[in-house]
Amino acid sequence: MHARTDDGNTGDGNTGAGQDGESPGSCKRVLEPAEVRRVLTRIAHEILERTHGADDILLLGIPTRGVPLAQRLAGRAAEFEGRPVPWGSLDVTMYRDDLRLRPARALGRTELPVDGIDGKTIVIVDDVLYSGRTVRAALDALTDLGRPRSVQLAVLVDRGHRELPIRADYVGKNLPTSQRETVRVHLAETDGEDAVLLGEWKGALA
Amino acid sequence: MNRHLIAAADLSRDDALLILDTAEELARMSDRPIKKLPTLRGRTVVNLFFEDSTRTRISFEAAAKRLSADVINFSAKGSSVAKGESLKDTALTLEAMGADAVVIRHDASGAPHRLAGWIRGHVINAGDGMHEHPTQALLDAFTIRRRLGGGRSGAGGLDGVRVTIVGDVLHSRVARSNIALLNILGAGVTLVAPPTLLPIAVDGWSCEVSYDLDAVLPKSDVIMMLRVQRERMTAAYFPSVREYSRRYGLDAGRMAMLPEHAIVMHPGPMNRGVEIAAEVADSPRSTIVEQVANGVSVRMAVLYLLLGGAELTGEPR
Amino acid sequence: MNRAADTWLIRKATLPSGQSTDLLLHDGVIAETGTRLAAAGAQVLDADGLIALPGLVDLHTHLREPGREDAETIGTGTRAAALGGYTAVHAMANTEPVADTAGVVEQVWRLGREAGHCDVQPVGAVTLGLGGTRLAELGAMADSAARVRVFSDDGHCVSDPLLMRRALEYVKAFDGVIAQHAQEPRLTEGAQMNEGAVSGRLGLAGWPAVAEEAIIARDCLLAAHVGSALHVCHVSTAGSVEIIRWAKSKGWRVTAEVTPHHLLLTDELAESYDPIYKVNPPLRTATDIEGLRAGLADGTIDCVATDHAPHPSEAKDTEWADAAFGMTGLEVALRAVQQAMVETGLLDWAGVADRMSVRPAAIGRLGGHGILPAAGGPANLTLYDPAAAPEPVDPAAHASKSRNSPFRGVALPGHVVATFLRGTATVLDGKATS
Repeated sequence: MHARTDDGNTGDGNTGAGQDGESPGSCKRVLEPAEVRRVLTRIAHEILERTHGADDILLLGIPTRGVPLAQRLAGRAAEFEGRPVPWGSLDVTMYRDDLRLRPARALGRTELPVDGIDGKTIVIVDDVLYSGRTVRAALDALTDLGRPRSVQLAVLVDRGHRELPIRADYVGKNLPTSQRETVRVHLAETDGEDAVLLGEWKGALA
Repeated sequence: MNRHLIAAADLSRDDALLILDTAEELARMSDRPIKKLPTLRGRTVVNLFFEDSTRTRISFEAAAKRLSADVINFSAKGSSVAKGESLKDTALTLEAMGADAVVIRHDASGAPHRLAGWIRGHVINAGDGMHEHPTQALLDAFTIRRRLGGGRSGAGGLDGVRVTIVGDVLHSRVARSNIALLNILGAGVTLVAPPTLLPIAVDGWSCEVSYDLDAVLPKSDVIMMLRVQRERMTAAYFPSVREYSRRYGLDAGRMAMLPEHAIVMHPGPMNRGVEIAAEVADSPRSTIVEQVANGVSVRMAVLYLLLGGAELTGEPR
Repeated sequence: MNRAADTWLIRKATLPSGQSTDLLLHDGVIAETGTRLAAAGAQVLDADGLIALPGLVDLHTHLREPGREDAETIGTGTRAAALGGYTAVHAMANTEPVADTAGVVEQVWRLGREAGHCDVQPVGAVTLGLGGTRLAELGAMADSAARVRVFSDDGHCVSDPLLMRRALEYVKAFDGVIAQHAQEPRLTEGAQMNEGAVSGRLGLAGWPAVAEEAIIARDCLLAAHVGSALHVCHVSTAGSVEIIRWAKSKGWRVTAEVTPHHLLLTDELAESYDPIYKVNPPLRTATDIEGLRAGLADGTIDCVATDHAPHPSEAKDTEWADAAFGMTGLEVALRAVQQAMVETGLLDWAGVADRMSVRPAAIGRLGGHGILPAAGGPANLTLYDPAAAPEPVDPAAHASKSRNSPFRGVALPGHVVATFLRGTATVLDGKATS
């Protein structure tokens, strides 16, 4: 059990291109730090708009990079509304359908407000939307945690190639990719700077 | 980490911390309304118990079921084993039934080693003779970390923690596993026991040895009391239960000699009035009930880490 | 099998003394020695580079027959012995039924003669049924056709000091010897392996050295007191060697043996929990090995004895505590002794001949064996190639019915090329002749 932290931000933890062991070749910067900032500001506005001022809203980031994204979105929304907007984290490792394809992973943390998720509008926040399997796992995890009023999805990048009937409510950037390409999200909190990188996948399958 | 969990002594510090950290996350999930996780759906865990140990078996069973594994309980009583079937034949039968993991409790030291050579599934040692009981040591370390953890409770190793283990070290698999794991995690271990109940080569172990409980108590962050079996008296390990209790039992007076923050542990089942007085066992310093609850989280972590990921390829050892 | 008429001319063999010679075997004896011998019609064996040892004698073999023919028979056990270079073995008494009557020892003796691979000299039990309470009919066994001289409850210790005294005294009447399995029973209840650092770590009940040494010391004193002969089986500790050295220095009639496995293997092998390494007395430590080798080299320990203890696979394919004690040894003993004693410079080949043939034959009061190759002597010979490249031991290829060799996979030097029993080849070219 060579457990590892699942922070490859490859979107959905899908198997295939863009996994563990990858060694991106030439990388293209798709979003610069200022663009990431602008995109998050826009998503925060959209969330407030769609949820009518964020009453009973809860932003839940999926570890690793969904968590700082949820925190930032909550921070911006709180700025605009002038009151705190709750956020937390939702680890979905134990609900994944691809556990047996890789060595066991270390668990991320699930942090929920003390009053739980019942009756709330949950916005799941992740960095990359790819196959949709991570979101499927997140929906299952939420079901075990309570009964939200509704569940929405916000992602920084949607790179396509869905394998499940799932779509995002808020998308930072639609990024058409080939399955041979990798999408890496860097965030200041985890990687030192904000950026989205598109690269050729050169590594062997893990 | 290895394919099996047979001995705490086989763990690296990283392995041990991974198990404890995973258990920590799983413990946080255990107060949710729905405790069950879908992670091990379709996997079969066999509890193969050659000794009666209801508490350990139930703990493993609860852990496996919370991870949605199918659990088969195989107890030696009334089984083919009672009819003389060998461990190897039993193992091959379980293998044929598709056991992904076998949790084994056996009175023979080394039985899990042997089992691991015969089956392809994962072997988890739930106590073998006088050898090891690694999940007990892990849950003890987990409990110590939660109670005494350094900067952030429930994280990191146990560096600098002073643990005193008192009692029948000679016959205790719990002591062997704890000494190994506590060393791995950086804790300092002192053994206190009558000389008859210490292994002959204990001076080669990486721990201190003392025959004087009172002298050690003020220097202990954790005091771990081992169960003393009354049968030992007939084999002349000590003259009488009363004398044992007087010299090596933990009563309220001795508990008062412990530092303010120190905790009292016992792997159970306890002999109240022998190695531990009732008022000590029931005091807020005692972690005995917590240890039981933590046992489920730690065993979930072990099952998840061994069974939750890809099957490692390779021959059985 | 009567091939006494065979005539063999063995060319250019090296005697234990180092001298090279031809040997003419005829009519069961060594008819002639010298260089460039010729004999019309003789079968010729080129022994250039081979050592001609007197046929090896094992003081301690478990042949299992009667009773446990699933583990070994006198036929398979003696074939294994011949392949190991032995021309005589002492068959231990712990059979079913126990060899505690003239009837059983005669049966074993007769079966050995019929098997023909080597001579089988039965050992009689000291106490009835190995029970440790009443003497067996030692005199009847001594007077039987088997002419028993060595008595042993091997596997059990004659722990009652009074009974041991009486046994030692009683066998003086017919020049017998009591071979003691030295194991204080109370100190070894439930014991699984050597008591020490490894047993403490593995959680296996310890068999302390003192449990052997205390009995040896007591028995030496008893033997001295009654003026009788004591033989100590399978000495396993450095402390035992010290005690025996002291007893011998007093001039007491004490002899001792050591097994090949105790000369080479340590208790650390138990780390695998593989009961192939479970034996009684247990494998000890490197310090003990050193003491045993020194004792064998200086003659404190008189001989190497195999304690060949075959067991069927189900007795070993199990958890340690459940497994049987014992290891096979006949087929690798000489190679193991070369590794432990010759390669280390502790014994030369004359020493090997002494410790593996001459002395064990003397202790066993065995006529016709243990005689250095010389004209007129019995044609009991082992031709051994010490320069054969080390080969890993493969128990599956052994003639013994059992596979429980602790040397499995261990590369040992040397090769038994041929064994002659009274002039008849029992082994030729490393293979049994029948």
